Amino acid sequence: MMLIFEHSSKGRNGAPQSPVEKASVAAIPENLLRKNSAALPEVSELQAVRHYTRLSQKNFSIDTEFYPLGSCTMKYNPRACNTLAMLPGFLNAHPLTPDEQNQGFLACMYDLQAMLCEATGMAAFSLAPMAGAQGEFAGIAMIDAYHKSRGDDARKEILVPDAAHGTNPATAVMCGFTVKEIPTLDNGDVDLEALKLAVGPQTAGLMLTNPSTLGVFERNIEVIAKVIHEAGGLLYYDGANLNAILGKIRPGDMGFDVIHSNLHKTFSTPHGGGGPGSGAVGVAERLKPFLPLPTVAKENECYRYLTAKDCPESIGRLSAFMGNPGVLLRAFIYMRFLGREGMVRVAEFATLNANYMMSEAKRRGFTLAIDNRRASHEFIITLKNEAREHHVSAMDFAKRLLDLGYHAPTTYFPLLVPECLLIEPTESEAKEALDGFMDALEQIKHEAETDPEILHAAPQTLPVKRLDEVRAAKQLDLAFKGSE
Amino acid sequence: MSEVPSELKYTKSHEWLRVEDDGLITIGITDHAQELLGDLVFVELPEAGTEFVTGDECCVVESVKAASDVYMPISGEIVEVNEALADEPEIINTSPYDSGWLFKVKPSADELADLMDADAYQTEIEE
Repeated sequence: MMLIFEHSSKGRNGAPQSPVEKASVAAIPENLLRKNSAALPEVSELQAVRHYTRLSQKNFSIDTEFYPLGSCTMKYNPRACNTLAMLPGFLNAHPLTPDEQNQGFLACMYDLQAMLCEATGMAAFSLAPMAGAQGEFAGIAMIDAYHKSRGDDARKEILVPDAAHGTNPATAVMCGFTVKEIPTLDNGDVDLEALKLAVGPQTAGLMLTNPSTLGVFERNIEVIAKVIHEAGGLLYYDGANLNAILGKIRPGDMGFDVIHSNLHKTFSTPHGGGGPGSGAVGVAERLKPFLPLPTVAKENECYRYLTAKDCPESIGRLSAFMGNPGVLLRAFIYMRFLGREGMVRVAEFATLNANYMMSEAKRRGFTLAIDNRRASHEFIITLKNEAREHHVSAMDFAKRLLDLGYHAPTTYFPLLVPECLLIEPTESEAKEALDGFMDALEQIKHEAETDPEILHAAPQTLPVKRLDEVRAAKQLDLAFKGSE
Repeated sequence: MSEVPSELKYTKSHEWLRVEDDGLITIGITDHAQELLGDLVFVELPEAGTEFVTGDECCVVESVKAASDVYMPISGEIVEVNEALADEPEIINTSPYDSGWLFKVKPSADELADLMDADAYQTEIEE
């Protein structure tokens, strides 16, 4: 792999064949003109085209291959959503456009808020958070603001089940709370007895993902909600796994007071490169005054942004404007395409695909982390037996999958399950793709039993081989040294 | 097979304890724990002088796979921490029971009887 600078040859350029008049720089004062040429790569047009085409071919994406990255919902992003979100009226709008000249965009955002309320059973939504982590932050900040508004200042503790995403305790700490871990039973449900012992006047709330990261639905959710509410705490829903229950059951009906939804996951906008995302937050009636700003209101058939003047108790703004408009628009269009019936199909096919793969995994001799329970939209294989008997790890399996053309599932998460692969196929995939992946897993299992070195040496087919993870974690300084 | 020295005491959360001649107690994480965690890249040690009670989160060990809390196995005051781990946390991987110790505690109560012996811990990690 080379940088475009390494293709550079002095004096070569990519001037188009039709002559172009040289731009005049007469208006720029002499002292501001650069003395030396900029250090740009000097390549022909064809070299530039080849370089960037090659780079794009090295991309791995849902557009090219199966991407069963558990907990990340790497589903297909319909092209039509992209096309419509890129309409010039949306694309060229300035964020400071006066509301009266921005009615089309505001109408879409107002409807998106309303659809999210309907889909999740919450009373109001704010689209302000820029991504999931900011959504979590906003959610817990609202719980804090709610307790403080009532003079209930002693609630300093957030409860988090040990199966939770690592972001949950991190969020609670960021918001100034201490975290108490609640254990999970072997069947995947929260340990109710431990929960009952943990709640008290210090409890600000509980953060829960349902279905949990163990890939099962929390069956005692109504009891949990009751325990938390009776102790005076609030219930926070991490929307990471919303895809599994879309159109089937709503967090609001389960008793949740706050929810964040990763629109980029459940509502299918391109993600996987670290952003941009959307962590829209929804709340029950009593938390409405605290929603982050701006939100969109409709008055006399006109739409406008609500600001701190309208909502003095708000936790405030999370960025200069309202979320990532491109992501919000794609999510809006996706939801309009799906409609109510489509949302039900999303959940049904996502769980059907996961359960089909889970039964295939069992049939092919893999050990399931939670056996004898129906999976949600994802499920977990534990490779602890393979690790013990053949000295191959979940990481070795994951690396070998790369050789076979698949994105690896999530590894070593949730932390409760040793040597695990968390597999989420999403509703987008056809049965052939699911079978192909299971064939690959079975092949790797066979290799582990007969020639484990193949796994240890993987990946062999990619531009970058096995990384030194310890060095990558400890020495963060990177400098380009040229091709060797 | 993980090593489980017979002279040490153990907890379910994979800490080990050794009673030293001067009455201090040295604490670390077990061979089994370091195997589960994989290559360690960072250790956040408590400060000397801090007092903890049994079950407190007192230390964080971070590997390429996960960050994991270390729980205080007995109540007491931290009197010394293993400074060498700041630069070379991988010592825990190579020598969990010897040069990979985490910290030394002056116990404030006699709670050693509540802990597991080597046989019990061995049974525990075999599931």
